[in-house]
Amino acid sequence: MSGILSLVTFLPFAGVAAILALRFLGQPGERTDTAGKWIALATTLATFALSVKLVLDFDPANTGFQFLEEIPWFMGLSYRMGVDGISVLFVLLTAFLLPLCILASWKTIDKRVLEYMVAFLILESLVIGVFCALDLIVFYLFFEAGLVPMFLIIGIWGGKNRVYAAFKFFLYTLLGSVLMLAAILVMIGVSGTSSIPELMTYQFDPGLQTWLWLAFFASFAVKMPMWPVHTWLPDAHVEAPTAGSVILAGILLKMGGYGFMRFSLPMFPSASELFTPLVFGMSVIAIIYTSLVAFRQTDIKKLIAYSSVAHMGFVTIGIFSGNVQGEQGAIFQMLSHGVISGALFLCVGVVYDRMHTREIAFYGGLVHRMPFYAAVFMLFTMGNVGLPGTSGFVGEILTMAGAYGASTWTALFAATGVILSAVYALSLYRRTVFGEMTNPALAQISDLTWREMVVFAPLVASTLYLGLQPNVVFNITGPSVDALVGAWRAAIAG
Amino acid sequence: MTLADLNLVWPELMLAGGALLLLMVGAFRGKGGPAFDGLAMLVLLAAGVAAVLGGEGRGFAGGLIADNLSSFAKVAIYAASALAIPLGGGWLRARGDDKFEFPVLILLAALGMGMMASAGDLISLYVGIELHSLALYVLAAFRRDDARSSEAGLKYFVLGALSSGLLLYGASLIYGFAGSTHFDVIAASIQGQAHTGLLFGLVFLICGLAFKVSAAPFHMWTPDVYEGAPTPVVGFFAGAPKMAAMVLLARVLSEGFGTTVAQWHSIIVIVALASVFVGAFAGLAQKNLKRLWAYSSIANIGYALLGLAAGGEVGMQAMLMFMVLYMVDVTGFFACLGALQRGGKPMETVDDMAGLFKEQPGIALAMTAFALSALGLPPFSGFFAKVFVFKAALGAGLVWPAVLALVGSVVAAAYYLRLIKVMWFDPSTGPVETPPLTAKTIAIGAALFSFPVGLIALHWLEPLALAASAAFG
Repeated sequence: MSGILSLVTFLPFAGVAAILALRFLGQPGERTDTAGKWIALATTLATFALSVKLVLDFDPANTGFQFLEEIPWFMGLSYRMGVDGISVLFVLLTAFLLPLCILASWKTIDKRVLEYMVAFLILESLVIGVFCALDLIVFYLFFEAGLVPMFLIIGIWGGKNRVYAAFKFFLYTLLGSVLMLAAILVMIGVSGTSSIPELMTYQFDPGLQTWLWLAFFASFAVKMPMWPVHTWLPDAHVEAPTAGSVILAGILLKMGGYGFMRFSLPMFPSASELFTPLVFGMSVIAIIYTSLVAFRQTDIKKLIAYSSVAHMGFVTIGIFSGNVQGEQGAIFQMLSHGVISGALFLCVGVVYDRMHTREIAFYGGLVHRMPFYAAVFMLFTMGNVGLPGTSGFVGEILTMAGAYGASTWTALFAATGVILSAVYALSLYRRTVFGEMTNPALAQISDLTWREMVVFAPLVASTLYLGLQPNVVFNITGPSVDALVGAWRAAIAG
Repeated sequence: MTLADLNLVWPELMLAGGALLLLMVGAFRGKGGPAFDGLAMLVLLAAGVAAVLGGEGRGFAGGLIADNLSSFAKVAIYAASALAIPLGGGWLRARGDDKFEFPVLILLAALGMGMMASAGDLISLYVGIELHSLALYVLAAFRRDDARSSEAGLKYFVLGALSSGLLLYGASLIYGFAGSTHFDVIAASIQGQAHTGLLFGLVFLICGLAFKVSAAPFHMWTPDVYEGAPTPVVGFFAGAPKMAAMVLLARVLSEGFGTTVAQWHSIIVIVALASVFVGAFAGLAQKNLKRLWAYSSIANIGYALLGLAAGGEVGMQAMLMFMVLYMVDVTGFFACLGALQRGGKPMETVDDMAGLFKEQPGIALAMTAFALSALGLPPFSGFFAKVFVFKAALGAGLVWPAVLALVGSVVAAAYYLRLIKVMWFDPSTGPVETPPLTAKTIAIGAALFSFPVGLIALHWLEPLALAASAAFG
């Protein structure tokens, strides 16, 4: 079915329209809020169903872009949409996480509920658009517009220091992005086209490639985020509401990695080769340094935020290793991290909703009162560490295999990150869940509610399923990744 | 002058005739009113139609030009003027200031601006500028019992007279060294290296016009005048006159001095960058929203000038697109600002906007759209305006100016975000009065143009702007 991509992308706007109608025409009150929540849930579920159909209809053997749409616009630009094996699963991931976000916010958001739902639906639409866009300007449009709903989510529904965090998030990302905009306009000017598939085969002059690569890098490195431009992330995570953190860690960070695979590697191959040592160096520092920083955190959310930076280090190493294992591992790691880190933030949200603090020292001995929670949290902690059988393992082992093929030292240093992640993740788990329950405030804490179980069930299932059956991902991504690596090899050899 | 010449100036004839007629009617009636405003708008509509359908060519011995560029600019200018009439009329009536002169002055200003867009020699350039400036001085001081409004009018007048002096001095130098006031003859008189005296004159001319578009370092009057003048009048100031002066500047530079590009090119680039940075950094310290938007308009003029500096057909098109899209935003923004009152007091500072989203969600959404559009964030129309400008600049090899200007836009982002933050995050300080229907309609309409209508309209606007700039390749 043609037009399915636009439908997936803009379906959330149907929900937005319905909720806005409710907002402006309905009586303010609890019933309207509840109706808004149900509309949002139904919309996100419908989007998810549609994205499942998209993945089922997707033909993995075809390495080109599929479900193409093209409507001429102005100045030679077109509204072009299409997905390949690299992007299609990110659409699924986004559509998968959104209903869970809505459910997770069901009881915790009590002010401006309708606006909250609208912000999430708009964000969903824009993020899906990023992964489907096949025109540089359309891509940038979705990429950049997503800043606004996230800014509002952090700034309105966030914690104490939310305004600072929202501004930092916005301005950091914007500074990176405007440089990318300059590069995009240069690319359009030089090549005469803004179509991403055409640009993937266009050969830019190597000197120009260097500059373009750096400009794109500025944007994606901030988004990813890579050391040393990661400092906005812990602030944003700590202040954002739970569902905001899930989206941020689960999906928004992946836009950086996706950007590297979609633009940096195929369009600027020789510059990518030139800068590979830089990326490896920054990634290794990110893995080791942020793992150590994570270990020293006293706030659970901040700890998980730093661990995200460390895990993204594996992704960048995988992407720039330039071999099939590395790329596959990077995609897999991004998908798996999307599920696991989202789930970990939800785990934090569970105890935060009950106790309204995220201090590690406050907790301890939760297992005595919350056995189900302890089990769920255990699974995702292990996934974060990379225990075999969980999806985290597959991504890490493949990116490291890829790194080994490109640079032994990088693989060696990155491997220490696996140990360090066990150190901070397991110690977090021990300090919050195990031990005696010494804090009397915890005496009445209750276990997961049915709603929380419904939220966690699909996350648990997908973590285990992806860990045991990683081929479902590789079957889809395989041919596209082979094509990407083949083209890259050919470009730097010739 | 022949009858054929008259065929070129239908819009001007209509505006002049209409303004005089309305002045008579007003003088006999002694008051204005919505119907009176409606007549003035009809005159502007007729002039706009005449600008599109009227003849093309040079008339009055080359003093006036009617071409695609002038009709494009005139339609935009007349449309902005037409919107200023109900906005300003309603605003003034709500304050017990029902004077019939308001629409007449807008018509006269529109007449002057139209002449600026059509100027083919230095004389009509000056007549156009003075005609619209005099009307604007009066409009700035329109609330004559209000000390701030009178101050704004006086400041504008004194500084405007200074800039007119500079401009005239430049024009006389150019005439002296080129031997003609016609742009095409001036261009023809330059063979090889232009005479220093001529360039001197050109620099003065650019200074005078830079004052009119409020480009740095000639921007000092802008915040003061914007702060004091009646809010709907500011919305008018920030749009149409800037468009007219930019088109005039573009025409003088590309037609009169198109052969000496190297001489003025760097001046324009420097003025553009200075405007972007002055607008970005000085705006950070502003508390009054009208002053803030004055700096925002200084920065945005910087981007338009950057498009102009790119030169050629592409640069001209970029400038035109930028100005049109910017005019919509600025009109809408000041429509919102003029309509907002809390507890009988106008909301003028950033802090006054606290909790606006809770009180007036529609207006708050519209203002958010205008702020994001002025910041150049997709998917709002301001983003595409910037895309045009930066694409032209980068295509012309102005890589570093473009990158610096983009960085400047990130600095400016801080104050736009602060406005959004105050409207959305801060608790409300009291109920906001329901805005008048006219202002609300225009504000919401402009916001919807900014997104999503503008995105589709670009499909048609872009070729029109291209046709308007085709002669400047």
